[in-house]
Amino acid sequence: MTTPGSSLVDERTSDGVGDTGGNPGPAADAAVAFVDEAAAHRLSVIQPASRLPHLAVSELWHYRDLLWTLVWRDIVVRYKQTFLGIAWALLVPVFTATVYVVIFGKFANFPDGGTPYPSLVLAGVLPMQYFASALALSSMSLVSNLQLVTKVYFPRTLLPLAAVLVPYLDFLIGLPVLVFLMWYYDTWPQGIQFVTAPLFMGLAVVTALGSGFLLSAINVRFRDVRYMIPVFLQVLPLLSGVMFAVSDIPTKWQWILALNPMTAVISGWRWAVLDAPEPVWGQTALGVAVAAVLFVGGLAVFRSAEPRFADTI
Amino acid sequence: MTTVIRADGLAKRYSLGEHQAAYGTLRESLSHLGRRIRRREHHAEAAEIWALRDVSFEVRQGEVLGIIGRNGAGKSTLLKVLTRITTPTAGRVEIRGRVGSLLEVGTGFHPELTGRENVYLNGSILGMKRREIDARYDAIVEFSGVEKFIDTPVKRYSSGMYVRLAFAVAAHLEPEILLVDEVLAVGDAEFQRRCLGRMEELGSSGRTVIFVSHQLPAVAQLCDRALQIESGYVVGNGPPVDVIASYLHQTHSSGTERTWTEDTAPGDDLAKILAIRVPSHEGMPPDVFDVRRPIGIEIVFRVLREGKPVFPKVKVLDQEGAVAFNAMDTHERWLQRSAPGEYVSTAWIPGNLLNEGSVIVEAAVCSIDFPKLEHHAAVYEAVSFEVLDPGEGDSARGVFSGQWKGVVRPLLEWECEVVVPRMASQRVAPDGDVARS
Repeated sequence: MTTPGSSLVDERTSDGVGDTGGNPGPAADAAVAFVDEAAAHRLSVIQPASRLPHLAVSELWHYRDLLWTLVWRDIVVRYKQTFLGIAWALLVPVFTATVYVVIFGKFANFPDGGTPYPSLVLAGVLPMQYFASALALSSMSLVSNLQLVTKVYFPRTLLPLAAVLVPYLDFLIGLPVLVFLMWYYDTWPQGIQFVTAPLFMGLAVVTALGSGFLLSAINVRFRDVRYMIPVFLQVLPLLSGVMFAVSDIPTKWQWILALNPMTAVISGWRWAVLDAPEPVWGQTALGVAVAAVLFVGGLAVFRSAEPRFADTI
Repeated sequence: MTTVIRADGLAKRYSLGEHQAAYGTLRESLSHLGRRIRRREHHAEAAEIWALRDVSFEVRQGEVLGIIGRNGAGKSTLLKVLTRITTPTAGRVEIRGRVGSLLEVGTGFHPELTGRENVYLNGSILGMKRREIDARYDAIVEFSGVEKFIDTPVKRYSSGMYVRLAFAVAAHLEPEILLVDEVLAVGDAEFQRRCLGRMEELGSSGRTVIFVSHQLPAVAQLCDRALQIESGYVVGNGPPVDVIASYLHQTHSSGTERTWTEDTAPGDDLAKILAIRVPSHEGMPPDVFDVRRPIGIEIVFRVLREGKPVFPKVKVLDQEGAVAFNAMDTHERWLQRSAPGEYVSTAWIPGNLLNEGSVIVEAAVCSIDFPKLEHHAAVYEAVSFEVLDPGEGDSARGVFSGQWKGVVRPLLEWECEVVVPRMASQRVAPDGDVARS
């Protein structure tokens, strides 16, 4: 039996990481006993925590069943004992978009950058709604799973991760409404930029996850986060250009808004699916950079607080 | 046998400040920081507690190890480190094999989900793969006995059904190494019996079990070895009976007499216990008592005001912590409203009732608050002493000098008639026949 060298094995914990590849014995097919040969030979090492901001992907992979179970649980529970059920995933963005269209489109005449205003707004509302849910859920993820955190081990990163995956379903359910508007106004995406749409949503996921790491870790210690988030989410649509075309505001302000990764997500997404004007790529790059910093920084904070989660939560 | 767990120099430090601020708001923390800067307090001055210090031990495959110790001794912290819920401050543990932990039953049960959904959720949280749960699902449901309600949200379950389902999942967890906390502390007697039975099964099927418990008899019964933790250190490691005995001896080195001052006397506004003593037997050391002679337990207590009828009560435990008996003074004096004053009550334990060994006595002043007894003043593990058989042949063990089990050892009245044996003659006859033929 080999001992995993500390350089090889992630120093904090190594369940599933230090799989030393024990050869599957003849009993490997004994479905009743479930003697996981690899596991039987696995050596786990428990040591003082390392605070490097690592994601420990192989450990996450080992726990993938639990990740899907947590996602499944939250999706099932989300609309339990509601009358309209999953239809809410459709109603919320439609209602929000309608209000925006009436207030900001009809009365305030916000700039639409040449795109039909309802399409423009809905293409902003859908990613924003996703981000808002993902941020709210992930920042509460550790505290709302307090029972798990104090009673059983699994990589804690699973909780914010599951939380940002859950609202993705709502997003997918809302998409047909956007497709309907694309058909109604005949603004089908032109050309190959269509394929970049998932990349921009990916940016939203990374941003949500980074902030989720940061805020959930802070929330363990300071429950103030709970009160900060609704305020933040109220102004965020304005700072991300949900109800106007960013390209139509003064350049200086465009760059200020570009510090917010969600601006890049929304402009890019509009360009990809609505044939809206191409985003300024410098601004997109700035958004991506901020998202990357947020992700690494959030993970670092999460990792450094992680050893004390069970003690301080 | 191979070593499956090797802990080496484990230590865990908690800083007290951290604990206090655990539920604090950001504002409190910021103002605390401000104060610290102004007064130039040094961070290192924050009080620290070492919950574990230099803990080293090994567990071999198939062993059932019990961890005992007082509240706050560090047992739970050790279990949390082993289950990786919290990380050690120093030291290292190597664990070989798949670990399952059970710090409570029903971890992660969601009230809105159905029984079926919760089986999958809970199983997954406890570390089972989906296909494992699939394969064991029917067995789990059958074991739980809630088949009829399996598609009902568990929030509509009775608490008994809930616990049965939760335990059914846990019982089908088949890790190579199982770490169990005082799961047994919850649930009714039937449930506890099933828990213990299941752990015994796991132990005898070659799995390694680490069991943290207050229930000393359970540890004595189930474990192959016990580890005693005291103030974060391992202070005992060996056969359960020895470790438990030495643990009790340390805990109960309280002696045969305890007295309190007015200020420290335990009790509430109705009654306080002032002293407890066990007058020694003539010709014996002060804390050793002759098994054949009555032992008096003297409780001195004060009733502070008129109020509910109160009465003194004692509880007697053996060295494994099993309750030998409870007894209270049923004299009619105690049926009336309590009258203020100081009382000296002596409970006489008859001779030839207790078994040999260490005896622990708890004393209390109670009133009846049906269906419970309300303890106005209580001293747990108040006094302790050793019961000894001088071996003069007139006790319950007669002339036998070997091990004698039992919480109590009464000297029974034996009746015996010598029946002039017709039976015996019949029994002899066939032999005689055989011999003759």
